[in-house]
Amino acid sequence: MSDARSDIFARIREALKVKAPKPHLKTDANPGKTSTVAKPWLPDGGETADASLTILAEQLAKLKAVLIRVPDKAAAAKAVAELSAAKNWKKVAFHGHELLRPVAASLPCETWEADASFDKQRLEGCDAGITTCESIVAQLGSILVSSATSGGRALSVLPHVHVVVAEASQVVPDLGEALALAKARHGDQMPSMLSFITGPSRTGDIERILVLGAHGPKELYLVLIG
Amino acid sequence: MSDSKAIFLKDATVNAADGDQRAFIRKALGGYYTNRDLQKARYRDWERARDAASLAKWSAVNDLANVLEKFVANFERNGGVVHWARDAAEARAIILKIAEDAKAKAIVKSKCMTSEEIHLNDALEKAGYGVVESDLGEFIQQLRGEAPYHFVFPCMHVKREAISELFTKHLGTAPTDSPEELTMIARRHLRQLYVDADIGITGANFLVAETGQISITENEGNARLTAALPRIHIALSGIEKVVNNLDDLSVLLPMLATAGAGQPMTCYNTLYSGPRKKGECDGPEEFHIVLLDNARTRLLADPEQRDALHCIRCGACLNVCPIFKNIGGLAYGTTYQGPIGSVITPHLRGLKQWNHLSGASSLCGACTDACPVRIDLHHHLLHNRRNAAKESPTLFDRLFHHGFNFVIKRPWLFATGGRIFRATLPLLQKLPLPYMGAWMKTRDLPKAPSQSFRDQWKNQNV
Repeated sequence: MSDARSDIFARIREALKVKAPKPHLKTDANPGKTSTVAKPWLPDGGETADASLTILAEQLAKLKAVLIRVPDKAAAAKAVAELSAAKNWKKVAFHGHELLRPVAASLPCETWEADASFDKQRLEGCDAGITTCESIVAQLGSILVSSATSGGRALSVLPHVHVVVAEASQVVPDLGEALALAKARHGDQMPSMLSFITGPSRTGDIERILVLGAHGPKELYLVLIG
Repeated sequence: MSDSKAIFLKDATVNAADGDQRAFIRKALGGYYTNRDLQKARYRDWERARDAASLAKWSAVNDLANVLEKFVANFERNGGVVHWARDAAEARAIILKIAEDAKAKAIVKSKCMTSEEIHLNDALEKAGYGVVESDLGEFIQQLRGEAPYHFVFPCMHVKREAISELFTKHLGTAPTDSPEELTMIARRHLRQLYVDADIGITGANFLVAETGQISITENEGNARLTAALPRIHIALSGIEKVVNNLDDLSVLLPMLATAGAGQPMTCYNTLYSGPRKKGECDGPEEFHIVLLDNARTRLLADPEQRDALHCIRCGACLNVCPIFKNIGGLAYGTTYQGPIGSVITPHLRGLKQWNHLSGASSLCGACTDACPVRIDLHHHLLHNRRNAAKESPTLFDRLFHHGFNFVIKRPWLFATGGRIFRATLPLLQKLPLPYMGAWMKTRDLPKAPSQSFRDQWKNQNV
C-alpha cells in the first residue's frame, strides 16, 4: 500500500490536469506579488505618521482598548504605576526587557519577570501582564506581539489585564507593513508565535451580544511613548 | 429518498413554521449587518479587495501540489511534524496515536470545524481521554450534546435562559440572565483546564507556504491559550487552506473578520511556526500538523466548482441566506451549513444522498454577493442539480423529460395537449396530485387563459 502523502499528491496532480479558468476579476489586483506598498483598496492606515496615529487612536477607541500617550519613559512608568494603584493590582508579571524593567520597578505591588522563571500556574494568578511588542498597525488597531519580544506565548493572553508599552515609532500604517517588518527582522528564524491583538478578548456567542474578556484579557492598555 | 433528505425535509418543515425561533435568529443577526456595513465602508474599494482575496486563493488552489510541498518543507524546517490523512479514519488514528505516545490524559480544543468533520471528539472520548471544547459557543454545544448550528456562531440559536439552565445542571452555578455573567462562568471553569491539559488541539485558517507558519483566527483567546500552555500542540487542517505568501494575509485576515463577523480584525490572529524555540520561555515541546484530504481532491478535480475550495469559512453566506435564516443550521445535518455547505457536502459525502441541499436555495444570489473570495455559490447549486439529474435521474425526471421531448417535437400533439390541459385545469385544482402535494399546500394553480399563446399570436393584428 502506498503511503498517504504520495496518494494525496497523486490525487492532487491528477485533479489539476484540467485547468480552472482564472477568476473573472473586476480590477487589476495582484496579491500574488509580495509588496510592502500599502494596498490602496484596503482600509486606510494613514499616509503620514501623524495621520496613522490619528487612525490608531480612533480604532483603539472603537475596540474598547485604552491608549495612553506619554512623552518619555519616565512618564510611561508613572502612568502604569497609577493604573496599578487605581485598579488595585496585587501581582503583575512582566517581560524582561530594558523598556519594562523601570516600569516594573515603579509599581506599588509584587512584580515578577515571567520569562526568567516561567510558571504557568503562577502566571494564571497574576492580575496583569506587561509586554513590549513588534509593531502596531494603525489601519486596524492591532498590536503585533511575538514569543521573542513579548515574553513568550502566555504572558500577553493569560493575565486578566494586558499592558503594552511601546514607542510611537513602532506604529506602522497597515498589516502588510507589519508582516514585512517581521520578516525583515527575523528572516527565516521567525519567533514560534506572532500574534496580532486587536482589542481586549471578546465573544458574541450568547445571543450575539458583545462581552469582553472571554478567555483572554478583559482590559487592554497601550502606553505609547513619544 | 435518502435518509439525510427525509430528516432535512422534516426538520426544515418544523423549523420554518417556528416564528419565534426565526425572529430570534433575525434579531441575533441584526447587529452583524450593522457592523459589517460599517466595517465594509472603511475599505477604500471593497470590490477590489474581493478580487485580491479571490486571486490569492485561486493561485494557491490551482497550484496546490507545489504550494503544499513548499509549506511542508518550511513547516518541517521550523521543527514541526507533518502527518497526512487521506480520510477521516486516518486523521483520527493519527491523533489517537500522538495522544497515546504522549500518555496524555486531558485534551483541550479550540474551535475547529475540520475536527467536527472527522468526529474527533467521539473517537477521543471512546479512547478514554477527557476532551473539552474551549470556544464558548462550542463549549455550550458540547454540554448540550448538539452539533454546531452555524460554523462560526455555534450556539446562536440558544437563548440565555437555556444556557443558564445548562450551566446550573453541569457546572452547578447559580442561574443568571446576564450574557456577561454566563461568559464569566465559562471563563472561570475553563482556566484551570488549559493549565492542566497535556494536549491542545486547534484548527488552522491559513497555511503560509512561504514561511511554513499556520494562521489561526479567533476572538476569545482560547486558541492562544490552547497553543501556549499544553505540552503538545496538534493542528488539524484541510489541505486547501494553504496560501502562497505571508503578505496574502494582509488582505485575507481583515476580510475574513469583516465579512464573517463585522469586525475590522478578529481579536487574535496568530501565526505559529513550530514548537517552543531555543530562548523562548513557554510554548509546546511538540508541534504536529495533520493535513486532511477527505474528498477535497474530489472537489479539486471538478474545474467548474474548484473555486469552492477557496472558502475561508467566514460564514458570511449563512448570515445572508434566506433559507438558513428560516430553517436554521441544524436541519442541514452537515458539518458546514448554509450555501457553502450545500455546495461542498455533495462532493465530500456523495451527490446521491446530499443533492437535496442543492434545492435548499431560492437562487437569490445573496450568498455569492456576500462571499469575500467571490465563490460562485448559487451557480454551483445549479451545477449540482444538473449533475445529479445526469448522474442518477429519478423515474419522474426520466418520464417527464422523455414525455416532454416526444410532445415538443409534434406541434399538433402540443396544441391538443394544451387544449385538454386548459379545459381540465379547474378540475386539477380539486384533485390530490402526486408529486405536487407539498407544492400545492401553500399555492393555488393559476386560472387557465381562454386561448393558447400561439392562438393569441396568430389572432393579433400587427
